[in-house]
Amino acid sequence: MIELYGLHKAFGKQVVLDRVDFEVREGETVALLGPSGTGKSVLLKHIIGLIHPDRGTVIVDGKDVNTLKRKELSELRSRIGYVFQNGALFDSMTVFENVRLGITDENKYRDLEYCRQRIAECIRLVNLPADTIEKYPAELSGGMRKRVGIARAIAGNPKYLLYDEPTSGLDPVNADIIDGLVQRLDDELGVTSVMVTHDVRGAFRVADRLALLSEGRIVMQGTPQEFLDSKNPKVREFLERDFDNPSFAA
Amino acid sequence: MNLFAWIGRWFLEGASHVGRLTYFVLEAIRGLGEVRIWWPRMMVEAWNIGAGSLFIVLLISAFAGAVTALQTGYQFTGSIPYYVVGTLVVSSIILELGPVLTALILAGRIGARYAAELGTMRVTEQIDALESLGRSPASHLVIPRVLAGLLMIPALTVLANLSGILSGWVSVKAVLPVTDSDFIYGAQYYWRPWDAWYSVIKAFFFAGSITIISCYMGFNTQQGAEGVGRSTTTAVVTSSVLILVLDTVLTRLLLNQ
Repeated sequence: MIELYGLHKAFGKQVVLDRVDFEVREGETVALLGPSGTGKSVLLKHIIGLIHPDRGTVIVDGKDVNTLKRKELSELRSRIGYVFQNGALFDSMTVFENVRLGITDENKYRDLEYCRQRIAECIRLVNLPADTIEKYPAELSGGMRKRVGIARAIAGNPKYLLYDEPTSGLDPVNADIIDGLVQRLDDELGVTSVMVTHDVRGAFRVADRLALLSEGRIVMQGTPQEFLDSKNPKVREFLERDFDNPSFAA
Repeated sequence: MNLFAWIGRWFLEGASHVGRLTYFVLEAIRGLGEVRIWWPRMMVEAWNIGAGSLFIVLLISAFAGAVTALQTGYQFTGSIPYYVVGTLVVSSIILELGPVLTALILAGRIGARYAAELGTMRVTEQIDALESLGRSPASHLVIPRVLAGLLMIPALTVLANLSGILSGWVSVKAVLPVTDSDFIYGAQYYWRPWDAWYSVIKAFFFAGSITIISCYMGFNTQQGAEGVGRSTTTAVVTSSVLILVLDTVLTRLLLNQ
């Protein structure tokens, strides 16, 4: 379980997160919605300890992330797969080497035969051709890079998957493919997922529960149906453009 | 802007850099235990520094040696014995020009590369990705670069010294009637083995300043492509200034006899 209590973060004078309370229960998929620049990615990075809060607590599996020792934090991170917005693949490494780094168990990482099998399996799970493993990130399209990023995140059999804007910058077809992939991985791997996105359509398709972040605060949390029924003006304003979009209904 | 506010801000920013740099170095030291991670990467980096910089280092030191010899010839009055030319060329190259020129060239070549590489990795979240995978950026990225520099820059300095001396030796014969035995005699007359050590020790310190400063700047890059450019420039300028400061300090400390 992931729990955030009273999370406050400011960069200089700009308050990005203002007393945010947020929970993700085991096995569910939560989409964190909000316009660009409202602190969604910052919140996600708090969960894995890449950013430390000015105030507040981040608890994962009952452990306060910000008080963990180096080794404990490393062990916690090995149970969390993080999918970065633009893949964050290592340019100087092939796809094989990139995905291999996601195998966080050192004994398995050193076992080349296990790595070959696991990497092939991950590449298959994200619907990429088998020969992708020999390529460098620069030789891949944006959608393929995102899928390799997902393959790297799942390579270590994580308990949690954190997606940072997995469909941003993609055309609708590739965005649908990624949404489908997220949904399928959640079903097949049984992971607990948090997906940061401003793509309302994708969030409604994938998530069990939604949360809307605006001006540093969680405006509303609830099921997709509760969001649709909400009279909250900020929720209505955020959803409206997609309600008007015919593809939303589809 | 208020002068006191400007000084205060400058001071605070400097103190913040010192604190972060200290933490950065301590993190790197802590990562030294992961030999299996940094050793192969260090070998690749050492090859890149050595093979990639050899030509330019030899070329520039050869020109420095030639110019030193030609200027010595220009200033010669005839009342000084010719063998002194050997002393002047060898001492100038080994004590000063070899290590300092090599370090300044490599601050531009290696320092800029390290800062730009790590800066790009920072702004494209590759360093965050490494951390998110529970891996240490220090042992994957910093230690291999710093150790490769500490290994190769003194080695390149020794080769630069040899190149400068040989070039000076050849060049001086074009402007003065100096024989080979005159040159060798002069080179040996004031020679102290400590001078060679001094040259290598200076190169070692310069290597530390180039690699640590450029890695630190790259690691702390912010704000996209513009930030990468800023980090790269700052890394080269800071390490060049530090080389000159260290040159003065080490000369005072090591040649104070």
